[in-house]
Amino acid sequence: MPLVKIYIKLKKGVLDPQGKTVKNSLDSLGYSFVKDVRIGKYMEITVDDISEDEINKKIEEACKKLLANPVIENYSFEIVDNKNQ
Amino acid sequence: MKFGVVVFPGSNCDHDCYQVIKEVLNEPVDFIWHKESDVRGFDCIVLPGGFSYGDYLRSGAIGSFSPVMKSVSEFSKNGGFVIGICNGFQILMESGLLPGAILRNKNLKFICRFVNLKTENTDTPFTSGFEKGQVVRMPIAHNEGCYYAEKAALDELKKNQQIVFRYCSESGEINEEGNPNGAIENIAGICNKEGNILGMMPHPERASEELLTSADGRMIFESIRDHIKKVK
Repeated sequence: MPLVKIYIKLKKGVLDPQGKTVKNSLDSLGYSFVKDVRIGKYMEITVDDISEDEINKKIEEACKKLLANPVIENYSFEIVDNKNQ
Repeated sequence: MKFGVVVFPGSNCDHDCYQVIKEVLNEPVDFIWHKESDVRGFDCIVLPGGFSYGDYLRSGAIGSFSPVMKSVSEFSKNGGFVIGICNGFQILMESGLLPGAILRNKNLKFICRFVNLKTENTDTPFTSGFEKGQVVRMPIAHNEGCYYAEKAALDELKKNQQIVFRYCSESGEINEEGNPNGAIENIAGICNKEGNILGMMPHPERASEELLTSADGRMIFESIRDHIKKVK
C-alpha cells in the first residue's frame, strides 16, 4: 500500500522557541557550525492503493483542513510505495 | 436567557464556568456535550479551557471538528454570543471563527499565574462594563498561549478594533515585561469583526469571586448578561 510522507514546517518568521533552545544546546556541545534550527512535524500515512492523482488531491485537502495550520505552517508531502521500504 | 458551557473530552474549566454563571451570576446554564448538534435555546455559549482531545496535533485542532462546533459556528453566524477561554480560544481560531493562531510560549514553560490586562476595547458586549484602558487581573494557565497573526491579519484586527485585551504592566504599560508568553503585540484577547465572538487566553472564570483574589473576570460574564437582557 502506498505511504505518504508529510512534512509540516513552521513558516519563515514564525517564532520557534523550541528550535532556538535546541540550537543553543548544540552550540554548548561544540557544534558551532550550526546556524539555525527549526523544528517541525513528520507524519507517515498509509493509504488505499488508489491513483496517485487521487492521493495527491485528498492529502492536499487533508493538509489544508486538519494536518497543518495554514496561519503558521507550510506543508509538503511525497508518495512512496510501502513495498520498497 | 440561557448560557451553555460546552464539554469536550479533556475540558477542565467547564465546571468553573458553570459555577460562575450559576452561583455567582445566578443565571440559567446547561452543559452542552461535544457530540450535541442542537444548540437552540442558548443565548451565549462558552467554550471552556482544558486540553480537548489531549491537545493532539495542535491545541484545539481536533476539537474544532467535533459535532458541536458546526452548530456553534452556525449559532455565531446568526448573531449568537460565544466566549472561548484558553483552549476554547484555540478552538475558535482552529475553526476559523477568529483570526490568528497560537504558538508555544516563548520561554517553553507552562505558565500558571495572574497577569495584568489592559482593556483596549469596551465597545463589545463582553466588555461594556469595563472602563476603557482599565487594568484588570486574571490568571493564565497555558503552555501554548503565544498569539500570532500575520501582518495583514494584524492590521485588520487593529483597523476594526478587534483587540480586546493586551498583557501589560501593573500600571498599564504595554511592554515586554508585562508579556508572559511572547504574544505578538501583547495580544491576550480578541473579538471577531461583528463583535459577537470573544476569544482570550486568560481565565475570567478563575477571577470572578473576591475569594480568588480577583473578581475582575466577572465583569465579562455580567456585561454579556446585561447586553443579552437588554436586547432580548
